[in-house]
Amino acid sequence: MTLKPSLKYVTLLALPLAAVTTFSSTASAFEPKGKVECIAPSDPGGGWDFTCRSVGNVMQELDLVPANVQTINMAGAGGGVAFAHTVSKRAGDDHLLVAASTATTTRLAQGQFPGLSADMVNWIGALGADYGIIAVAADSEIDDLNELMDSLKEDPRSVKFAGGSAKGGWDHLKVLIAAQAADVENLPRIAYLSYNNGGEALTQVIGGHVDAFTGDITEAQGFMESGDLRVLAVLSEERLPGDLSDIPTAREQGIDALGPNWRGFYMPADISEDAEAYWTDAMDTIYQSEEWQSVMTQNGLMPFHMTAGEFEEFVLNQIKDIEQLSKDIGLIQ
Amino acid sequence: METLGYLMDGFGVALAPHNLMFALLGAFLGTLIGALPGLGPANGVAILIPLAFSLGLAPETALIMLTSVYAGAMYGGRISSILLNIPGDEPAMMTCLDGYPMAQKGKASEALAISAVASFVGSLIATIGLILLAPLLANFALTFGPAEYFALFLLAFATLGGITGKNPIKTVVAACIGLMIATVGIDNTGVPRYTFGVLELFEGVDFIIAIVGLFAISELLFFIEERAGGGKEKMKVNKLSLSWKDIREILPTSFRGGVLGFVAGVLPGAGASLGSFISYTLEKRVLGKKGYFGQGDPRGVAAPEAGNNAASSGALVPMLTLGVPGSGTTAVLLALLISLNITPGPLMFTQNADIVWGVIAALLIGNFLLLVLNIPLVGIFVKLLSVPPMYLLPIVTMVAFVGIYSISNTIFDLYFMVAFGVGGYVLRKLEIPLVPVILGLLLGPEMEKNLRHAMDISDGDWMILWDSGLAIGLWVFAGLGLILPYVVGPILRRRMRTPIEKGMPESD
Repeated sequence: MTLKPSLKYVTLLALPLAAVTTFSSTASAFEPKGKVECIAPSDPGGGWDFTCRSVGNVMQELDLVPANVQTINMAGAGGGVAFAHTVSKRAGDDHLLVAASTATTTRLAQGQFPGLSADMVNWIGALGADYGIIAVAADSEIDDLNELMDSLKEDPRSVKFAGGSAKGGWDHLKVLIAAQAADVENLPRIAYLSYNNGGEALTQVIGGHVDAFTGDITEAQGFMESGDLRVLAVLSEERLPGDLSDIPTAREQGIDALGPNWRGFYMPADISEDAEAYWTDAMDTIYQSEEWQSVMTQNGLMPFHMTAGEFEEFVLNQIKDIEQLSKDIGLIQ
Repeated sequence: METLGYLMDGFGVALAPHNLMFALLGAFLGTLIGALPGLGPANGVAILIPLAFSLGLAPETALIMLTSVYAGAMYGGRISSILLNIPGDEPAMMTCLDGYPMAQKGKASEALAISAVASFVGSLIATIGLILLAPLLANFALTFGPAEYFALFLLAFATLGGITGKNPIKTVVAACIGLMIATVGIDNTGVPRYTFGVLELFEGVDFIIAIVGLFAISELLFFIEERAGGGKEKMKVNKLSLSWKDIREILPTSFRGGVLGFVAGVLPGAGASLGSFISYTLEKRVLGKKGYFGQGDPRGVAAPEAGNNAASSGALVPMLTLGVPGSGTTAVLLALLISLNITPGPLMFTQNADIVWGVIAALLIGNFLLLVLNIPLVGIFVKLLSVPPMYLLPIVTMVAFVGIYSISNTIFDLYFMVAFGVGGYVLRKLEIPLVPVILGLLLGPEMEKNLRHAMDISDGDWMILWDSGLAIGLWVFAGLGLILPYVVGPILRRRMRTPIEKGMPESD
């Protein structure tokens, strides 16, 4: 369906039709009316902001929403301010989506949103992921992931890692997930240096100040292509598509470590079941649409999708895993 | 030369009519944004990003518009510094020191014109530097490890004494206040410090809020107090009388400031504030007895303006070549690049040559546009001054509130801003300078982080801090910066006192 946004009345009339054709079972029970809001829990420009804006555009193109999707930036406490706002002020609001990612679950798992937990909101779905990598400078003596892990086994401080998240944050955890899978002992002793963003961490690694880089594949592409960076392993289930298929996974090197940084949404608690069903279905529709697939390719997002119940379960499990890991390494009690 | 060919292609992109139009629009909006206190370049660019997306602009057009906003904001920042003693953005802080006294002496239009010329010279030098060095600089920035960064920030603090005048103890107190505020929030290891369980404090204190509060709100409080005490005389604004001689006089200063600012801008993490700060202090040292800095010396206006405009172009170098933003604004521009699916890094100069060189060419063109916009428009900006403070200040306050609220959409930040305003008022009453507070707040977290990183890398061996030639050099300069004011300072001050003794109130 291609309708010009200006033909408002036609769109309104056509929408129920579109909905019926797109969703077989639950469509008639709930329709978004008027303005739909999407909270990006960060300043304009970040990953969450991108999630809201790009998904909002695709939803408009697919006529999943009657008017436009308004992105609201609500920065603070790494998403905590938006989470608290959603829990305390927006319960029952079925016209509100909030962008989330692995950073959200990491903070929830480590109790960095005091008094708040994952079951206080509805997890709607994920629409793609950026996979974790471990990399070294091109002139490094380390050749593969096993070699790196072996030297960590001998001395946990022999290799130092730089990444763009805080200590205990997702980039740090990726190292620990891999090291744990490789049976490295004394995880808390592994040195992780936190930088403001992946790019800053990368220059320190390329410049020879820090031994290894941990981050997401999209952050590293520039230096990979220029030949300054050698990626030892990608933390995905299978090799990535396209040009990136040269990079070995950790799994095929015998280290069973996964690190997807998914991008998705949650909604407030106490929304009607019909509304919840509508939005989880909408996530499926978006994910399968050509429009979204082209957004994904353009922005380096990798396939990652779960429907309805699966996603909620995935989120809760991820939180449990991260919580356990954070306890193991003494980040939380 | 390969670079020249790329640049020619870049001009082809930047001179396309619609790109030129968006560059002009960006330059105008940028100047406006820069002039409004509280809406610095970072916010300005951030607020306009949605506009670029909703207009469906091509990547190079969007980037050209937003870099013009960026360049324009650097020009605009000086206007409110000079007219109101409120920096329009944080790098324009230093322009207050001599710009405001000049305005108080009835030379506001000269100050504005001089600063426009200095801004132009600074930007021009830096843009040429960007063109020449960007392809080569990728490797230079790589030599800065944590120890070198730590020494660099130490150098910035060591030279603090130079800017803020007579009482070194008060400068130290102010810097400590800034450093203390900087410790609020979740630290590097994930431990919350001084957050008292308040979610909004977890990410620390946003220095934009602090700056707007300390400068704009405290100014309002001072105004209220003065009204209650009988009000102050309305300021007379003169006709612009600027001769070629006046311009020639500030050219060497602008040139020095431009070069220094460019260097400060290129170093990642240093940014425009450090550029204007170092240019000002150096100029003050260089001219010594010949200047009357702090009392309305035109060169005190030219130096920081050339410095911050040069630094803002310089900051594009690490951002474009390494993907490391040298300032808050370049961080926002970096985010824009990434969302336009352009991966910053060494390869971008060849793979996205049309975009990179188009933007660089747009900077050159924009710089001319800005000079043309700014010199004739001086009259309009000066008219801002003839608006009585009783109308102007409430507008400023309103813009400050709207600006801060539009960034985060939380009332909490507004309370915080007001609290900073009251704090700023108290500090100013105690004659404690505000600039070191802001610098402490800005540089403190980076300095702490780099020290921790150095310790992590060396497994706790302090020797790493002076392990490289570059680090040792920076330490030496820091040492000199600390000692020299005490040796040379009293002599200089005695000399400076002789020419002008007007009994002007010391500005911050």
